[in-house]
Amino acid sequence: MAHAVNEGSYLTNPKGWKSWLLTLDHKRIGIMYLLFIVISFALGGFFALALRLELLSPAKIIFTAKQYNQLFTLHGAIMVFLFIVPSIPASLGNFVMPLMLGAKDVAFPRLNLASFYIYVFGAIFCVYSMISGAADTGWTFYTPYSTTTNTSVISMTLGAFILGFSSILTGVNFIATIHKMRAKGMNWFRMPLFVWALYATAIIQVLATPVLAITLLLLILERTIGVGIFDPTIGGDPVLFQHFFWFYSHPAVYIMILPAMGIMSELVTTFCRKNIFGYKTIAYSSIAIAIISFLVWGHHLFVSGQSDNAATIFSILTFLVGIPSAIKVFNWLSTMYGGSINLKTPFLYFLSFMVLFCVGGFTGIMLGALSLDVYFHGTYFVVAHFHYVMMGGTVMAFIGGLHYWWPKMFGKMYSEFWGAVACFFIFVGFNMVFFTQFILGAKGMPRRYFNYLDQFQPLHAFSTMGTWVLGLGFLIMAFYLIDSLINGPPAPANPWGGMTLEWHTQSPPVTHNFDVAPVVDHDPYDYRRIDG
Amino acid sequence: MSKQKESLVQHHVAHHFDTAEQEFSTAKLGMWVFLVQELLFFGALFVAFFVFKYLYPEMYVEAHHHLSWKMGALNTIFLITSSFTMVMGVRSAQTNQRRATKNYLFATMLLACSFLVVKYFEYAAKFHHGLLPPHFFFGEGVHQTLPIFFGLYFVMTGLHGIHVLIGIGLIAWLMYRNSRGEFNSEFYTPVEMVGLYWHFVDLVWIFLFPLFYLVG
Repeated sequence: MAHAVNEGSYLTNPKGWKSWLLTLDHKRIGIMYLLFIVISFALGGFFALALRLELLSPAKIIFTAKQYNQLFTLHGAIMVFLFIVPSIPASLGNFVMPLMLGAKDVAFPRLNLASFYIYVFGAIFCVYSMISGAADTGWTFYTPYSTTTNTSVISMTLGAFILGFSSILTGVNFIATIHKMRAKGMNWFRMPLFVWALYATAIIQVLATPVLAITLLLLILERTIGVGIFDPTIGGDPVLFQHFFWFYSHPAVYIMILPAMGIMSELVTTFCRKNIFGYKTIAYSSIAIAIISFLVWGHHLFVSGQSDNAATIFSILTFLVGIPSAIKVFNWLSTMYGGSINLKTPFLYFLSFMVLFCVGGFTGIMLGALSLDVYFHGTYFVVAHFHYVMMGGTVMAFIGGLHYWWPKMFGKMYSEFWGAVACFFIFVGFNMVFFTQFILGAKGMPRRYFNYLDQFQPLHAFSTMGTWVLGLGFLIMAFYLIDSLINGPPAPANPWGGMTLEWHTQSPPVTHNFDVAPVVDHDPYDYRRIDG
Repeated sequence: MSKQKESLVQHHVAHHFDTAEQEFSTAKLGMWVFLVQELLFFGALFVAFFVFKYLYPEMYVEAHHHLSWKMGALNTIFLITSSFTMVMGVRSAQTNQRRATKNYLFATMLLACSFLVVKYFEYAAKFHHGLLPPHFFFGEGVHQTLPIFFGLYFVMTGLHGIHVLIGIGLIAWLMYRNSRGEFNSEFYTPVEMVGLYWHFVDLVWIFLFPLFYLVG
């Protein structure tokens, strides 16, 4: 299967920058998304380094208190809206999902390109907010502060509003694709689990994102013409904003984690060379998470004055999310049992995810418990929890998936040695930064504070040093990945021995994906079929 | 019919689909999913409407007396009729009646424009009496919370009005494509999709009308 690389691959056929900017090819659109998403990640990461630097000591080092507020707002807003929400679905999903289905493209290629440009358009507003007196509200834009601060809230929320539509349209596209574009013989239970995860994600994108869109629009209108519903001075209710916001933003964290879980299922079968344990339970648990995610938003409002009854019900529902998540974790572990484990770079990130996501998940259950949340709410404990889930979970899986499909996307192999070194620095650095913050939070350090008591300084300093280790890991990764594009050896069609359809075409794939339309007559991970 | 056939433009199935049937059913599924997101988009506003109705029922009763139910009813008739002409437009496209398609689409557009004209007069009256969103409110009323009602009124009917405007644009686009003879019993996907969209826009108004105008 060692095709000569670049013989009419999608990267070079057709040629010219115009053919890229106007492309309808899901693979090229995925690559363009990837570029912007990586830039956003670097930008968000830069803000994180800057704000952690300021926290090295309780006294002012570089930034004023207001600049510090703007820094963490920009870090949060960029990481959430520009990076993590579109990260896996729009880049890796766009590239891989039609290949996995054996399709020639997504259902609506023009809509796909439109989503990309809407994303870029939204990003422009976010960047404009950055340079015109950046918002200082935190990424949650809580009223009444967000309606009264004189920083650039409107352009940031308008940016997020527009980015929301990019996300919705991607969701619409993916749902239609998964329903209608599957190869002959590929029924629902022969789809790779990454596709199931993207399907569950798309449901949330379509059902939850419009509520965020209207909420941000109401916030913009509140600042311009006034709507009154969030304004307590004339009888409005600022807590209603929190309800609206979290009705989207809690499901949105599952928009962020579900595709990551999908990647995990792919990695574990390929690198253990074994059929997935409990295919159907993993598939259904993705849908279960998507459904339950709509019923738990109130756990963000335990101390915002909602009724005790509501809080109790939200707390119980929150615990329920733990069940499908745990099902997945146990199934991945069971898949590893008795498998022939191949410790390649993507699998190192799989293992990192397993450890970090479990810590994030357990602390999530702690925060879902009413009495504990009253104590932990608004402390670094919460910050540490969601970074363990979002970065320890989603980002690890994103990087794992990036390394897994890198040879497929660019037809080049990267250095396994440097891959392992970078993973080591990222894993150690991450835990230095955020495990420390669990301790800080438990000791009562409130989040989003510019200043802190002297007794917290050693822990804060340690956490800040962790960001440098983490940053070094990413720097190494950037170097060897870019190097692989130039000097890397050409990748074979199936470097890892993967079973799913994307490995059945050359690396990088031809423009029309498959020379012969694939026909599917077996389960996606049926290794016994080839290993005997 | 034979006369119309001369200038028919043949539709080509896009390269990534196997059959025209697959292409049509995919477009239809996509459109329904899109309408679901539209529903959620307006849904949040309806929730806000009910939250404040629950908090300030007397204010809502006072506020709705400032709205003209007759104008609202007239607009309801316009939109319901336009839904009918839209259905007939889709039907004509399916049965190769190009001229009838044109006429029904034009009638739909005319009704949509009439809706906006009535809306213009309603808005003008509100501007005149200062019954506006909170920052511009200078109207007279018993209840202090009255501006909230008009904040919601302008946001909800305004967003709906924007949807009507977009609908007019889409119908104009259909009429252009129809004039080129692109639609026939083999291919009428765009007409059907815009039809679905238009019914949704009407449906939103069917809820807005009683909620805002007939509170008491």
